[in-house]
Amino acid sequence: MNNLMVYCELENGRPVDVSLELLTKGRELADTLGCQLEAVVIGHNLTGIEKELAEYGADTVWIADGPELDPYRTLPHSAILCGLFGQEKPQIALMGATVVGRDLGPRVSSALHSGLTADCTSLVIGEHTDNKTGKQYKDLLYQIRPAFGGNIIATIINPDCRPQMATVREGVMKKEKAASPGAGEVRNIDYKQYLNDTDLAVKIIERHMEERKINVKGAPVIVSGGYGVGSKENFKLLFELAEILGAEVGASRAAVDAGFADHARQIGQTGVTVRPKLYIACGISGQIQHTAGMDQSSMIISINTDPEAPINKIADYAITGDVGDVLPKMIKYYRQNSK
Amino acid sequence: MKKPLKIVVLAKQVPDTRNVGKDAMKADGTVNRAALPAIFNPEDLNALEQALILKDTRPGSTVLLLTMGPHRAADIIRDAMYRGADGGVLLTDRKFAGADTLATSYALSRALLKIGPDIIIAGRQAIDGDTAQVGPQVAEKLGIPQVTYAEEILSLEDDNTGIVVKRRLDHGVEVVSGPLPIVITINGSAAPCRPQHAKRVMKYKHARIPTELQEMDTDYTRMYQEKDYLKIGEWSVADVEADDAQLGLAGSPTKVKAIENVVFQAKEAKRLTSADADIDQLMAELIASHTLG
Repeated sequence: MNNLMVYCELENGRPVDVSLELLTKGRELADTLGCQLEAVVIGHNLTGIEKELAEYGADTVWIADGPELDPYRTLPHSAILCGLFGQEKPQIALMGATVVGRDLGPRVSSALHSGLTADCTSLVIGEHTDNKTGKQYKDLLYQIRPAFGGNIIATIINPDCRPQMATVREGVMKKEKAASPGAGEVRNIDYKQYLNDTDLAVKIIERHMEERKINVKGAPVIVSGGYGVGSKENFKLLFELAEILGAEVGASRAAVDAGFADHARQIGQTGVTVRPKLYIACGISGQIQHTAGMDQSSMIISINTDPEAPINKIADYAITGDVGDVLPKMIKYYRQNSK
Repeated sequence: MKKPLKIVVLAKQVPDTRNVGKDAMKADGTVNRAALPAIFNPEDLNALEQALILKDTRPGSTVLLLTMGPHRAADIIRDAMYRGADGGVLLTDRKFAGADTLATSYALSRALLKIGPDIIIAGRQAIDGDTAQVGPQVAEKLGIPQVTYAEEILSLEDDNTGIVVKRRLDHGVEVVSGPLPIVITINGSAAPCRPQHAKRVMKYKHARIPTELQEMDTDYTRMYQEKDYLKIGEWSVADVEADDAQLGLAGSPTKVKAIENVVFQAKEAKRLTSADADIDQLMAELIASHTLG
């Protein structure tokens, strides 16, 4: 009771990275709170799944295992989580800010009237005093997230409703095996009691997974383009430079929205977070929703016609010039001078 | 025989956070919200298009836009009418203010109960909050299924009992079928919304909510009274018989403890020009330091 639960999402029968990242964070928070860390897994053929979750610190692994539970569907998974939360009364519940987590989380929070903060970038335990009533709260979860397009950072709390629910995007938290693994004690959820026939009314007709071919997150060098690149055609120059540098091409939301680049390349608050050793920002003005996803890069080079572009404030090198002029020069020099 | 549909599109008027330009930044590096234009939330336009496509295939169907906000949010209802919607309702009341996503969803669900749509379509998320919570929460409050991250409505049974929708997942696509009524939230990767239609602009530019009518002259008021299509709904808490305790700040389990404006930190960048010499020297440095190669 009153423990910290992490909903562990599966892909091909294995927990996805963000779930392990949340267990890592959850372990730290549970230690601070002096409570147990519990993983919840809902799917099919889950025998042995607890081993990996225990390595990341799970004391308990709740399992609902049945053919109708895989692949993920909103209603059965939310019904089971609501049932389990009602029984176990966790103080905190975390899930990934993935398509699954962002579909499931709000449904559960609405049913339990528990409050949910989306896409948190930081989770901290802290205190709170209500200004009006003077009531004091200890051990609340500070759910810290960018809002308003990333121009403000808000700290959200749920003083009175439980569980305190939050989603976190993949790659935001560290994934690290626990110093001492959790017991990983399996507890099977008698899930059928929570399901109605209507919970199975939505049917999956077809599903094909496409492994993400574009891997912006893992690239050591990223050549990234913004709206200032001007067109999809002009983006070809970025691909050309990336090709010879062994880099990946990234893009800002504005460039993706404009159709210059694929969504999988989007870097920033609503895309992926990257920490390459070199980030070349081409025609990116540097709005905070973009820089939030790349400002931890070891080195940043900005190429922009506007010498006052905000990106230049975090750049190590700010080249004032046209992308179409600068990139060919970089390509030419590298071709001639690299081994 | 295809049955006509009653479709409601949930939409929000949002500050255009995507275009925070220099003039929108205050001297202290924080955002001047007043300088941001109010726009139709982009993914809600994708949602409107899906509704209008359904309407095209189902003669006699109606598309209503439902939004919650201050009086000026009637602008997006008019915009939707210019693009093909039949009308709309603005939920507006001081008691709605300060709502988090749950209290917002509750208010919208009360209005939806009054309208009784077959299909509710919304944008996946709004750009001022990026939470993607209101769609699923509305579905839960109404006790009906949801399909989120939808990209296209593939088919609908003639008797409106079932719908087939394509979803965009993190690593692939999924096609699902579900019963009506249902909530569908639409991804930005879906078809863009059709533009405003000149004839519709002429027809609907005088559409008003009752509050806006107070500023108009008597001739206008007479025209308004004669033409029902100019009447945009304006509903208060009482109109949707909502429970005050579940509204606004009081009905919101999440509270904002602190707000910190993001300030761009000053760090000296090395300034270069696009001259050959500058670029060559930079590249030489990068290669020498093994940052490249």
